[in-house]
Amino acid sequence: MSATPVLALRGVSKRFGAVQALTDVDLEVHAGEVVALVGDNGAGKSTLVKTIAGVHPIDEGTIEWEGAPVSINRPNDAQGLGVATVYQDLALCDNLDVVGNLYLGRELRRGGVLDEVTMEQRSRELLNTLSIRIPSVRIPIASLSGGQRQVVAIARALIGEPKVVILDEPTAALGVEQTAQVLDLVERLRERGLGVILISHNMADVKAVADTVHVLRLGKNNGSFPVKDTSHEEIIAAITGATDNAVTRRQGRRSTEAAK
Amino acid sequence: MSDTSKTVKPQETAPPEDPTAAPVAVVDPRLLVRDEGFKGYLTEFKRKVRGGELGSLPVIIGLAVIWTVFQTQDSLFLSSTNLANISYFLAATGMLAIGLVFVLLLGEIDLSVGSVSGLSAAVFAVLATTHGVNPWLSVLLAILTGVVIGAVQGWFFARIGVPAFVVTLAGFLGWNGLMLWLLGDSGSLSIEDKGLLHLLGQRSFFMDQAVIGAYLLAGLGTLTMLAGSLIEQSRRRKAGVPFRPTSEIALRVGALAVVSFVAAYVLNQATGVSNALVIFLAALVITDFILRRTSYGRKIFAVGGSIEAARRAGINVAVVRISVFAISGGFAALGGLFFAAQTYTATLGAGGGNVLMLAIAAAVIGGTSLFGGRGNVWSALLGMLVIQSIQTGLDLLNMNTSLQYMITGAVLLAAVVIDSVSRKSQKTSGRG
Repeated sequence: MSATPVLALRGVSKRFGAVQALTDVDLEVHAGEVVALVGDNGAGKSTLVKTIAGVHPIDEGTIEWEGAPVSINRPNDAQGLGVATVYQDLALCDNLDVVGNLYLGRELRRGGVLDEVTMEQRSRELLNTLSIRIPSVRIPIASLSGGQRQVVAIARALIGEPKVVILDEPTAALGVEQTAQVLDLVERLRERGLGVILISHNMADVKAVADTVHVLRLGKNNGSFPVKDTSHEEIIAAITGATDNAVTRRQGRRSTEAAK
Repeated sequence: MSDTSKTVKPQETAPPEDPTAAPVAVVDPRLLVRDEGFKGYLTEFKRKVRGGELGSLPVIIGLAVIWTVFQTQDSLFLSSTNLANISYFLAATGMLAIGLVFVLLLGEIDLSVGSVSGLSAAVFAVLATTHGVNPWLSVLLAILTGVVIGAVQGWFFARIGVPAFVVTLAGFLGWNGLMLWLLGDSGSLSIEDKGLLHLLGQRSFFMDQAVIGAYLLAGLGTLTMLAGSLIEQSRRRKAGVPFRPTSEIALRVGALAVVSFVAAYVLNQATGVSNALVIFLAALVITDFILRRTSYGRKIFAVGGSIEAARRAGINVAVVRISVFAISGGFAALGGLFFAAQTYTATLGAGGGNVLMLAIAAAVIGGTSLFGGRGNVWSALLGMLVIQSIQTGLDLLNMNTSLQYMITGAVLLAAVVIDSVSRKSQKTSGRG
């Protein structure tokens, strides 16, 4: 893991009207690191992700890319830097086929004309290396199942050779086998040296693949833990804010007693 | 899909392979694979129709019905002279329909195309006739007027967020008013038979009515399609991706050859191919290329399919919208010049009446969806064949305008119903 984070957020705030969605949030992602972003509904996970992706420009704070401050105001800015995002609502065009969606916004051209053949060839290669099984890359997205759409959306994030990949609830709609595939995929991304931000509600997934867990609560930082040395309960406690209750006190007492 | 069991062709003979060993070669068992030969085409065709992918089917059936009915009423209907008439007069409204196809692909509507076409003719007449400006420069300025008008309307829609329906409805009234003001003193202006307007006129034919001209066009179209298909096939074969079998290419090119050479023969029986039709066909080829083969066209389809997805893919949705409305305005202006060239006058009634409705009807009848994301510019040609056949047929039978309007209205309604129903069945079979 390199010393300088690929992407760092420092003191980021975001308001929507009267709602303070993010307050003074810090986040660091290193190359080859999977950062899990967890928190309750409304904790600001999706908003944070959208500020990085350029959908919502930040109100305050700075975003640093490989150590240098950058401004991300449009999705193009984020793409240009090397941030690829897979949203929860997938955002695929139902009327376009798989190839069209994979290359949407960065079509390959040959003499100014769409190079459908190369795009189709590379799409098939990419889907094969990711062990993604789609009946055909030339059928419209509308005829794919929810899980198939999810893997297409993730595959699409990898087309532009990004440095940071953001996955917003990638396994929420998937079956057992496809969840395993996506988690394998996340590990493959890490092996490739990409920084991965993984939003998930599923602690088993988080513990399986993440290196660091970053907890958001009510739009604020509520702790950052290395996954290896952190228990399930500690993360849950940080998410719910229940750092001090009967259960934790009893646990704390027991552990101190055991230590004696 | 109900007929899955019939059309699925599982690889029974193939041994159970390791999926990782040869992932490219293995056809996914869930995919409906077309059977070999002609029967395969038939079953796939049936499946598509049942799934709501009607394509050009309704319009071809409709055209057959219309031609049969009119031919039984008046034996002159399918005469070469009348068919040549249809082929000439469909070009003007067809140009408007091309622009509308672009707007419809976004899932929007442009109600101002009729008025813009009238205004463009007036602008041209005032410049060329009253002020004696060079006719080609006048043409350019008239088309530019349409482009700017379209862009302004598009700007109100894309940047201010006014519904396109309302903006262009205001334009429908406003541009018509501007045209009346321009022509105010004279009422109507005559236009000289020269420059582009000569080419668009009723007495201007491709290669001066040379018999070879029509066949040259038909041959050129067929050869281009054949060469394009074969080049694509060989590129795909080389790249190891699925390609069209030669039999299918032969079938498609053969169909185009039959249609185009028969059309060339019929038109040669009468007067030859009018230059207006040639320009219309050229516009179709160019716009079809833009929509299907360029990333700009891909952007239009993406915005029509899902605005959010397009925006997140880094597509500037506002620019696409404004440019599409500018294209629509440009084609409306060009269409206005086609209308003006029919009579060599710019009149107060130009672009009024049912021109707008006919152009929308043509695009929708031809198979472009009102709901965005589905369609192609050839629907402008197919739809106009239907519309112009009805118009010409009713004229032949001396039906009065009241009946014409009612019949055209009914045809438009039928087209929209077909569009809505096919969209529904596409949703249920997951091709929406």
